[in-house]
Amino acid sequence: MTDATANGAPAKLTTADGKPLKAALASAQSHARRRAFFLVLPLLAFIVITFVAPIGQMLHRSFHNDGFTMHEDIGSGVRTPIMTNLKAWFDANPAGTEPTEEAFAALAADMVVLRELKAPGQAGTRINYELSGSRSMFTKAARKANDLEAPFKDAFLDLDKDWNNPDLWRVMRDASSAYTFNFYLAALDLTRNADGSIEQVNENRQVYVTLFSRTLLLSILITVLTFMLGYPIAHLLATLPLRYSNLLMILVLLPFWTSLLVRTTSWMVLLQSQGVVNDSLVGMGLLDDENRLQMMYNQMGTVIAMTHILLPFMVLPLYSVMRPINPSYVRAARSLGATSWTAFRRIYFPQTVPGIGAGALLVFILAVGYYITPALVGGADGQLISNLIAFHMQKSLNWSLAAALAALLLGGILILYWLYDRLIGIDNLKLG
Amino acid sequence: MALPNHASTLERVWHYTYLVICALIFLFLIAPILVVIPLSFNIEPYFTFTEKMLKLDPTGYSMRWYDLLLTFGMTDPDATRNASWWADAWANANWINAAKNSVIIGFFSTLIATVLGTVAALGLSRPEMPYRRVIMAILISPMIVPIIIVATGLFFFYSSISIQDWGIPYLGVVLAHATLGIPFVIITVTATLVGFDHSLTRAAANLGADPVTTFRRVQMPLILPGVISGALFAFVTSFDEVVVVLFVGGLDEQTIPRQMWNGIREQISPAILSVATILVIISIALLTTVELLRRRSERLRGISPS
Repeated sequence: MTDATANGAPAKLTTADGKPLKAALASAQSHARRRAFFLVLPLLAFIVITFVAPIGQMLHRSFHNDGFTMHEDIGSGVRTPIMTNLKAWFDANPAGTEPTEEAFAALAADMVVLRELKAPGQAGTRINYELSGSRSMFTKAARKANDLEAPFKDAFLDLDKDWNNPDLWRVMRDASSAYTFNFYLAALDLTRNADGSIEQVNENRQVYVTLFSRTLLLSILITVLTFMLGYPIAHLLATLPLRYSNLLMILVLLPFWTSLLVRTTSWMVLLQSQGVVNDSLVGMGLLDDENRLQMMYNQMGTVIAMTHILLPFMVLPLYSVMRPINPSYVRAARSLGATSWTAFRRIYFPQTVPGIGAGALLVFILAVGYYITPALVGGADGQLISNLIAFHMQKSLNWSLAAALAALLLGGILILYWLYDRLIGIDNLKLG
Repeated sequence: MALPNHASTLERVWHYTYLVICALIFLFLIAPILVVIPLSFNIEPYFTFTEKMLKLDPTGYSMRWYDLLLTFGMTDPDATRNASWWADAWANANWINAAKNSVIIGFFSTLIATVLGTVAALGLSRPEMPYRRVIMAILISPMIVPIIIVATGLFFFYSSISIQDWGIPYLGVVLAHATLGIPFVIITVTATLVGFDHSLTRAAANLGADPVTTFRRVQMPLILPGVISGALFAFVTSFDEVVVVLFVGGLDEQTIPRQMWNGIREQISPAILSVATILVIISIALLTTVELLRRRSERLRGISPS
């Protein structure tokens, strides 16, 4: 040791087999790290393949749609580029150019290809996403593709005068490249006008922003309700002796373990107009038979059922924070002259804030993405953003728009998730 | 929670109001689950208590909806109930087939989730694990990401690799459900590993046990309660999952939740309530098991309830 201080550098310490201690330690540590990592690796690979990759692939669709540039034969899987002549014309002429006879000639040549491939529906659908009513123009033009003759512009205008619509040509120009951000614009109720600048869509067609804000508002409302209902019972559970609180805890955990569909069904049974709640109110004379409350198939149904379903996610984190709080702090405050309200407000409540944060964030994250309950009890105005994604997946088949909506939703949730990890830590997530 | 003797009248009033409020909230939590049980025995096809039911008249109750669960989809439901009738029910009844599918899917997805999840939790709870935070966040994310996003992602992914042509029945749904169950296994197993005394494994190694023996004889018995609760959570997750099945399941892959979903969307019949009752009873059984396991785990690790 004296040697080391004299030279300014420590003498080399070695292990029994002569290796420098530092190197031996480093190799032992990296060995341990590798061993820990190899234990996790199989699961990580599994999650990446069955979870991360599929979602990434889906999100890719939100900015990549080759419906107007590529045709894939369903049987053989052969991929043929389509609309190539038109694309060449678009490349040669800057945006905003009036479609010339040359452009219509290119369009006519592409229509012949579409007709041979039986693909006009697909190409028209891609345009139809952004300009409704245009799909039939494509199918009609392709059907007559072999009869089209020069001058092509007049031939197309004879079929449908909308072929001269500048919006149509702008949309076709956008769609002639597979990569586009137009689906994100659509998901935010924005559109491009003829000269390509971004503007809001017509007020009565603004569905998505309305739905995003409704999802946000209802989730906040549900979070507040679960807090108001969860805080008192968490406090009761935390202050009772364990023998009793374990028994009462079962009342919180049983809903947690019961099937989501069962709980939603129960609420349908309770809330429908001929259901238990209405019948009891009528039976007690609080309600006329004609004025039964409409509590289901509207926002109220969604809020009631989701509050019930998400309540345990609020109670459990609150409970785990409240249980270890030492009751003598409140007693000390009382003995120093605080009223019970002041003692609660100044001493007890601040200690439970971490639990409130954990519970509220968790409930909010889960509520924003809810699908099943709104779909079953929400009716028309109780739908959330997830239901709209499902609608575009299953009914309107506008998958790119569904993917764009999903991407926006996922982005918001990942930010909240990151916040949760920062503030509370995922390790502290507890399930009963 | 007992009220001290010196409490003022106002405090007494508030205390009892508070207890009443709590009782009402507990009622809100539990009543919707219990209300379906008596209603499932309703003889009438209504979702409310009939007068006969309120008077506890036995003629107001019946098992007809449970009977419907057995007979619905059978080729010959009206035959005499002998061995061949039961064989018919076992082979053809829709709900029985759905239950079989649910159990098969639940079993295999739980198996995958539990094995992979437990091994990973062992790695994650080691102090030397690199990038612990990020990896943990990725592994828990299936619980956080909205189910509709998972389902649409898997829908495209499975059709792009045409998983249904691989010839393994249920494969797509099993893998998806395993993914959804993994966060629960990770959470419960890491929770039992918190405060795990690593000197035990060192002592085992010191006494000449190889890592596998150490795991089997020392670690496994201690974390087993956590593993089993994680497995039960994973099973329940799969048993209850409907959205992924709707999006990626084949037409013949009917599960109980999917049958329920269809039943609720089309024409909700009291038969749904009898299924719900059976599911509630199953969840009570599972909850009891998990509670007993938790207590056992606390006893094993020396955390006794105060």
